[in-house]
Amino acid sequence: MRTYVGIDLGSTTTKAVLIDDDSRVLGRGITNSRSNYATAARVASEEARIDGRFTLFHRALQRDGDPGDRLELFLAALERAFRLEQFQEQLADLERTCNGQFRGGRFAELEAGVRRALDEVFKRVRSEVAAMFAPGARRKSDFFRDIAGAHYYTHAEAVGRELSLPYEILLNIYDKSILEVENRPPAGDLSGKFRRALQKILAEDGHIGQQAAHLQHVIEDTLDVDLEDGYLVGTGYGRVTLPFSKEHIRSEILCHGLGAHMMYPNTRTVLDIGGQDTKGIQVDGDGIVTSFQMNDRCAAGCGRYLGYIADEMSIGLHELGPMAMKSDCPSRINSTCTVFAGAELRDRLSLGEKREDIVAGLHRAIILRAISIISRSGGVTNEFTFTGGVAKNEAAVRELRQLIKANYGDVVININPDSIYTGALGAAEFARRAYEGGARQEAQA
Amino acid sequence: MTTAAPAARTPTRDVEKDASMQKQKAMMAAHYDRLTSAPETGAKVCSTFVPGNLNELIGCFDLLNNLPEVNAIQSGLRRVSGQYVMEAEKIGHSEDVCTYVKSDIGMMAKGNIAPNGQKFPNPDVLLLSYTGCFTFMKWFELLREQFKCETIMLHTPYMGDGRFTPNMIEYMVKQLRDEVIPKLERVSGVKFDIDRLRERLKKSAQAEDDLVHVLQTARNTPSPIDAYFGGIYYIGPIFGAFRGTDDAIDYYRFLRNEIDERLAQGRGPVTPEGDMGRERYRLVVEGPPNYTHFRQFWKMFYDEGAVVVASSYTKVGGVYDFGFRHDASRPLETLAEYCLGVYTNRSLPMRIDMLTNYVEDYRADGLLINSIKSCNSFSAGQLLMMREVEKRTGKPAAFIESDLVDPRYFSAANIKNRLESYFQMVEQRRASARTAA
Repeated sequence: MRTYVGIDLGSTTTKAVLIDDDSRVLGRGITNSRSNYATAARVASEEARIDGRFTLFHRALQRDGDPGDRLELFLAALERAFRLEQFQEQLADLERTCNGQFRGGRFAELEAGVRRALDEVFKRVRSEVAAMFAPGARRKSDFFRDIAGAHYYTHAEAVGRELSLPYEILLNIYDKSILEVENRPPAGDLSGKFRRALQKILAEDGHIGQQAAHLQHVIEDTLDVDLEDGYLVGTGYGRVTLPFSKEHIRSEILCHGLGAHMMYPNTRTVLDIGGQDTKGIQVDGDGIVTSFQMNDRCAAGCGRYLGYIADEMSIGLHELGPMAMKSDCPSRINSTCTVFAGAELRDRLSLGEKREDIVAGLHRAIILRAISIISRSGGVTNEFTFTGGVAKNEAAVRELRQLIKANYGDVVININPDSIYTGALGAAEFARRAYEGGARQEAQA
Repeated sequence: MTTAAPAARTPTRDVEKDASMQKQKAMMAAHYDRLTSAPETGAKVCSTFVPGNLNELIGCFDLLNNLPEVNAIQSGLRRVSGQYVMEAEKIGHSEDVCTYVKSDIGMMAKGNIAPNGQKFPNPDVLLLSYTGCFTFMKWFELLREQFKCETIMLHTPYMGDGRFTPNMIEYMVKQLRDEVIPKLERVSGVKFDIDRLRERLKKSAQAEDDLVHVLQTARNTPSPIDAYFGGIYYIGPIFGAFRGTDDAIDYYRFLRNEIDERLAQGRGPVTPEGDMGRERYRLVVEGPPNYTHFRQFWKMFYDEGAVVVASSYTKVGGVYDFGFRHDASRPLETLAEYCLGVYTNRSLPMRIDMLTNYVEDYRADGLLINSIKSCNSFSAGQLLMMREVEKRTGKPAAFIESDLVDPRYFSAANIKNRLESYFQMVEQRRASARTAA
């Protein structure tokens, strides 16, 4: 089966989308961009391929007439078991890497104590791994760095205390090691991991019983489907740093335009608020960009701004939206200058304003800036699609809905749960078209 | 809002230059040497601006012409404007002030050193001959305060109604006769000779013919010139200190032959890395370029095969391609008409007409606007102009933002992103037009 990959190398996350010959999405993958786009691209596309396999499993089992609920339960269990396999593999790598930090290094004197501590920390983390991937378990992030880090920090603090070792040393070792682990290409052998995951759930889940042979057969058949690489297109902030040749690179503005058109064919205006920039894009009925505007050098009011605010408040980025939603009297914020974000916040707090009002005001300020970019790009004429990381923030969406209504009346506003993949989807479609164009030329020749 | 070719001290290692560029470099170097040796030679110096500059008149009084914007451009190209701008901010000029002004003020604060490493002379007279940019007036007020010298402010009415009237000409001629000429006589000690002026105006017209010929070669495909990045070199002498001189006549004849040869050979424009590759996009550009990253900015175009076939910026020191020439038979009237006609003295509808005409006449793929952060005079209204040109021509337009000589406002990744998006947009439109056909 021929597949096409689109990769969107954002400043915060790297996204990949895998599609087939009919432009249908097979899989999506996301990872943090780190400072290494090459690895991020590899990880994201592997994630998309994994997701793609699940789509194929789904299609194959559905074809066989498997009833919906049971099918979903089985696939969810398979995915958890697979993720667990993957996590354990990376955790073992992390442990090896942590233990490798001693070679002639600055921890040499404390080596014996630190090794003992590391053994203990990893033992405790390992004991929690199964629970992390148990049914119904909630994870704040799907990135290895975040999950492993949270557990490691908790245990390192306790173990450090117990063994009278400075916590900073253990932190330091983790920080150094996680970078190496993250930047190592994924180990591969996906089929092996799928098979081990399948064996595990067959062994553990008694309900599957007589179905086992059939399921195994379907999964094996699907694993045999070769996902042939048709073509790849990269886009986004980090595209030029990748070893892609020029033909494999497309502008993120065009990719977002096309991606939004694929999700919602009636879209005429697209707003994308990403980490580094905000883009207002107008597209025609074929998803072709007719005009666009974006922020200039100053990244005020982009996603990164919210990140600074969250850091300044010592809360998670995902907690900002819910906090702002509690406000019924948003503060009037004049500046979305990232440099002054901290000062603005402290200023307001010192005047006695409530945190939720300030945060709500900040969301409004960001959207006001976006509205100005949209109007400069040509305004809103028909369906409007909001994409990018900030589209996941409920407070930002609330402000956007209000301001679009106030400025352009009742307009259909689309926000796709997969909006973060819009650019990668457009890139994948460009890849498919490029392949098709090339194939046509070859045929004509 | 003006122009110049890099002077002698601009680093030129590994840069490919045509013979005309080398010739111009020598001309500029000689001019800076004349200026900086003024204290020894006793020559008097007139500071003035490029748009509406009265070079023929200044020459009649044996005054040397010193152009502060060109000095700011040279500072930008030599990568020293950043420190000058910050110096001016230290003195108290705000971040939003025109960066030509701040570069000039900062340069003076740091010793007023010319590109040849010698000190610039103090001006004997400040001659403001164009008021389409109000900041020019304030700039000369600042210089007057500093140098305490004679200051002449010639008022050029704005062409708000899209044309100039006999009254406007009369009004300007009166100022020239009653104000400008007597003051220049007084400062220079040289008596005004109208025949000398006529002689110079004749020379101007001759060079102007050749310049227009060169700029219009861009109507060909492939274009033998880049009318924006290359164009800035081509306008250097005529917009600067050489209009009305034999040097300018020689230069423009030489340039014309060089470009004609390029055209005959079917070659594209020269770039700092040699001849440009295949011409893929033909653009009309509105607005000045960025000078602190001039080569990097240019490279973003020629790497993609984009050539600028016409630009409004190369008309700020005079619009010649619609027929105007300096006319020796009406010496003062022609100077007035010249000042009135410069690009930035034209109303927004006139600018829209010009840009639309360029897109059509030069068979361009569309219009690109480089909007300048610190130049409201140029930037106000540009987005509306863009929409209108888009509507009239049916060709896509795009908008990028940078600054004249403040390096802090140049974001390479952002500009490259927008440019590439624009080029791909043009490509996509072509593909869909092909499919539709």
